[in-house]
Amino acid sequence: MEPLLSVRGIVKRFGGLIAVNDVDLDVYPGEVVALLGDNGAGKSTLIKVISGVHKPEAGKIYFEGKEVKMETPMDALKIGIETIYQDLALAENLNVYSNIFLGREKTKDYLGFIKVLDHDFMLRESEKVLKKLDIKIPSLKNKIKTLSGGQRQAVAISKSIYWNAKLLIMDEPTAALGVAEQKKVLNLIRTLKDQGVAVILISHQMYDVFQVADRIVVMRRGEKVGELDAKKTNPDEVVSLMVGAELVAS
Amino acid sequence: MDERLIEKNNPLIFLGRYWTFIFLISEFIIFSIIGTGYFSIRNFQNMLVASTIILLLATGETFVIITGGIDLSVGFVMGFMCVVFSKILMAFFKAGMAQEWALLISVIFTLFIGLLPGLLNGYLVARWKVPPFIATFGMYGIAYGLAEIVSNNVPIAGLPQLAGQIGNGYFMYWLPGKVLAWFARPHLPRAQLRHLIYLIPNIFLISIVFVIVFAFILSKTKFGQHTYAIGGNIDAAIRAGINVKKHLMKVYMISSFFATLGGITYSLRFVTGRADAGSANMLDSIVAVVIGGASLYGGKGTIWGTFIGTLIITVLETGMVNLGLPTYNKYIVVGIVLIFAVLMDQFFPEIVHKGE
Repeated sequence: MEPLLSVRGIVKRFGGLIAVNDVDLDVYPGEVVALLGDNGAGKSTLIKVISGVHKPEAGKIYFEGKEVKMETPMDALKIGIETIYQDLALAENLNVYSNIFLGREKTKDYLGFIKVLDHDFMLRESEKVLKKLDIKIPSLKNKIKTLSGGQRQAVAISKSIYWNAKLLIMDEPTAALGVAEQKKVLNLIRTLKDQGVAVILISHQMYDVFQVADRIVVMRRGEKVGELDAKKTNPDEVVSLMVGAELVAS
Repeated sequence: MDERLIEKNNPLIFLGRYWTFIFLISEFIIFSIIGTGYFSIRNFQNMLVASTIILLLATGETFVIITGGIDLSVGFVMGFMCVVFSKILMAFFKAGMAQEWALLISVIFTLFIGLLPGLLNGYLVARWKVPPFIATFGMYGIAYGLAEIVSNNVPIAGLPQLAGQIGNGYFMYWLPGKVLAWFARPHLPRAQLRHLIYLIPNIFLISIVFVIVFAFILSKTKFGQHTYAIGGNIDAAIRAGINVKKHLMKVYMISSFFATLGGITYSLRFVTGRADAGSANMLDSIVAVVIGGASLYGGKGTIWGTFIGTLIITVLETGMVNLGLPTYNKYIVVGIVLIFAVLMDQFFPEIVHKGE
């Protein structure tokens, strides 16, 4: 199978600091890749390159077999790379379906020449996508601020999926959640995987990673130091790669 | 569970949402009972006239406050445009142009010039990240100073008669069973004139058309939705691809457009141009918006709420005058209502987003 995303030799510098140094990464459709590393290992910088926030100094990005050059995050969104940051980027004062359609609202004609918001359409479509992902939220007319952290995460994911995300990058999706909610989000990641969506997961929670990831990529000081099959490794091995094997050995 | 049902069935939440309306009605009933001639068509008309300018300023202000900003310049932009309008009108009139044309052209010119303060406010806020409080406070001073310069420190008097006729006229004049006239007062004997009923002041009627159009834009269109989104989470709005800078500039221009309408209205009503025309209205307009349920943190508010807020202030003001109480009492009550409004908002947050 051909990888959905192929990253080759990415280098990103900030002044004298080399944040990402010559990193390769492949992600296949329907695969969950966990990106691990200590603080400052370069995980965030790498995903920001993939999502069009940073331009790399060197290296190439291939998406669906074609080389892509992304100038802005909008370019990444257009080809189907969606990123969900920790803050989720939801407008808390708007309801669920308005957030799913934010910036891309559906309108209909009113009196033939005025365009008004088509609430019914947006509500129906949002219900469909939530159903597809098996997400339960009391009413899609409720404001985001009435939802729990896990429900908000689910809304953010639904939004990406509705707009045809093929690759979903999630930054610490379970960090701010309670245990029950964490499980729901992990289940949701499995649902995405079953539907053929590729996921890059950044997490500090080793438990989460082993629950859902197929492959684990470990970064340290800007370099990729290991790529492991999640079924054939264990947390100790991953941690020793993260902090540097020599430290563990001594 | 459906949250909307809970809202409908919980009396406290019902009260939390509709208290302004209940307050307005009670206020009105109380003044009608203890005042003299308060409950009369003539007094209703007076209230509509008195509410017009606050309503105009507050409508524009609602847009700005929903984005999480504030426009302190509306009062003096109104005064500035009042002077500009009067000057242009006088110039055309003195040049021998017919009243109707002079009026029409000056209105159009002034409306265009009136967009400039908003454009500058919006540019400073959106492009250079100047806090709205500072940008518009700067404009507050600039507009006032320019207005005084343009008017040479004296009110501009001697506007054409037609201005006053429009500004003080009514949409309908009705003598039950005898006469029904539109726009112009019919010629009647003095005895009959006393019984003539005046319906809907022109300035209120014209203003309410603009208010309704913008209420529609705010509640039904993409533009309105984006206004709420920017106030709710500006980063989310940016990441959703909304052109936030451009949008904010438009919002501040809407505010100064309404301030300009206020200035023109003042000129027509009092047949003068004054630099300090709107100085007393800026605070009232912000108060009306906040009583109407908007939050200064942004993200919420409606034109309908602002309309109720405006009426609460006007009913109070006219009621106090009617009872012969000094108007400073109004400030006390309005102050209390304002604080109460913010408390109610915190105790009874909305569950359902109203934009539907």
